[in-house]
Amino acid sequence: MDITKLTVHELKEKLNNKEITISEITKAYADRIKEKEPDVQAFITTLCDEAITEAKQIEDKVNNKEIEEEYAGIPIGIKDNMCTKGIKTTCASKMLENFVSPYDATVIEKLKEEHIITLGKLNMDEFAMGASTEYSAFKKTRNPWNLNTVPGGSSGGSAAAVAAELVPWALGSDTGGSIRQPAAFCGVVGLKPTYGLISRYGLVAFASSLDQIGPITKDVKDSAILLNIIAGYDKKDTTSEKREKVDYVQALKNDVKGMKIGIPKEYFGEGINKEVKAKLEEAIEKYKELGAIVEECSLDIADYALATYYIIACAEASSNLGRFDGIRYGYRTQNYTNLKEIYKNSRSEAFGEEVKRRIILGTYVLSSGYYDAYYKRAQQVRTLVRQKFDEVFEKYDVLLTPTSPTVAFEIGTKSSNPLEMYLADICTVSLNIAGLPGISIPCGVDSNNMPIGMQLIGQRFGEETILNAAYTYEQAIKFRENHKPEFKGGAC
Amino acid sequence: MKVSREEILHIAKLANLNLKEEEIDTYLLHLQDILNFANIVNNAPVEGLTESFGVNENCNVFRKDEIIPFENNELLLSNAPEKERNMFKIPKVIQ
Repeated sequence: MDITKLTVHELKEKLNNKEITISEITKAYADRIKEKEPDVQAFITTLCDEAITEAKQIEDKVNNKEIEEEYAGIPIGIKDNMCTKGIKTTCASKMLENFVSPYDATVIEKLKEEHIITLGKLNMDEFAMGASTEYSAFKKTRNPWNLNTVPGGSSGGSAAAVAAELVPWALGSDTGGSIRQPAAFCGVVGLKPTYGLISRYGLVAFASSLDQIGPITKDVKDSAILLNIIAGYDKKDTTSEKREKVDYVQALKNDVKGMKIGIPKEYFGEGINKEVKAKLEEAIEKYKELGAIVEECSLDIADYALATYYIIACAEASSNLGRFDGIRYGYRTQNYTNLKEIYKNSRSEAFGEEVKRRIILGTYVLSSGYYDAYYKRAQQVRTLVRQKFDEVFEKYDVLLTPTSPTVAFEIGTKSSNPLEMYLADICTVSLNIAGLPGISIPCGVDSNNMPIGMQLIGQRFGEETILNAAYTYEQAIKFRENHKPEFKGGAC
Repeated sequence: MKVSREEILHIAKLANLNLKEEEIDTYLLHLQDILNFANIVNNAPVEGLTESFGVNENCNVFRKDEIIPFENNELLLSNAPEKERNMFKIPKVIQ
């Protein structure tokens, strides 16, 4: 049996039937990392030896019935912007290259309570700013489907690691598409939960009103399981919301009969690659066959939302990244004679090009004279975007769009033109602006065997509905059984 | 709206960043490009709409102002680039 090919719910079943042991699972992943990580380059920090030791301890405790948590002993990978006590959290930046957090993020505490084992910290665009993971200060992660292409970003390490079966599942974070787009590029499932469902405490802030942590998994059921583990109010994050606990696995009914699905026509316009569009149309037909009521609708806000996103995200980033000053933690320049020079030189030497670009843009839109024209205006457009979504959700349960206008592109082909890279976020950013949940699931491959992602959008706290819609489709097309990453290429 | 060289230098100063000579032109070009695109927010029909600062309904969340001591000072200070005894060290500020 090849353990690393299994989903988490399959692993759990085999553990229950005593066909495998907790130690064997972690050992299998450690071996897989040794074999494939040189090709994929998904990790910034690997913790294989530590994980093997921990697995043995957990196994003994489970056998002695000292631990009864359902997913005890299952390994996981963590995007390197979530604080892990005693383990480096670098945000893929020279600024935090040697930063060791003195505390755990709330999501990490929750994983530890469940006795889930961390296999390592995963690569990303620096401070989560990017859509290809090429802006990592340390390495370029490759897409397991074609090693010459990007895995997407910013959670590119997380998505590539799940696709390459280096981890059974992973956590990512999504500010404008950073879970969903890499999931689409790597042929896995990525869920951005509703803003406020997951605590952001201990997630290194990029844009606080948009950031949200979520699962990247092999299938929809695993996504629901991981969401069950990490969701919930946290007094350390006042933007997390008090709500009754939901069992998301129970929501997977494998039935969409009568579900109303809206297809916003503006998301299928000329910028969408033809093969992507064709696969999405097949998916729409499949939903009709499955009994959903599918209708075209209008949501004429995509361009406004994208412009608004870059104004708000950069404004918040310029403020959030003000804390990196070379005093209490992070990089400090060697080259200074006074305090001001510590600030300026530390920041200038340690931040990468894209991070500086966004700080400059954010500072500009917040500065006197431009605040009204950009930032204030963007906040008004944010209200407009929320209203437009509210209007369509009066008629529909779910909206269906592509996750990205294209499949994964070749490494190095877009990084020199920032605006071009930003425009590719057109399908995903409006959800963050409105705080809505969205899931990306694979809906086929193009003629080069590169995966294509479909995005399902729900109402605020409508995770159960989109998970069920995704699950029902997944059961019908069985993408994982028919398509596998080939690890081709790799000469770059 | 055209961004001038002086403006970008002023913005960099506000953001505590030094720009190298060769970076100034690149950032000017990119900033101009992105702002040209971002200008479409000015065409959006937002008459009479208030600003959204976030998506939550719960604004102004209050709690008691209680001190919660963080015991592990050593761990906190272990990330400091320079320290002395249990303090962060910086160059002399008052001359």
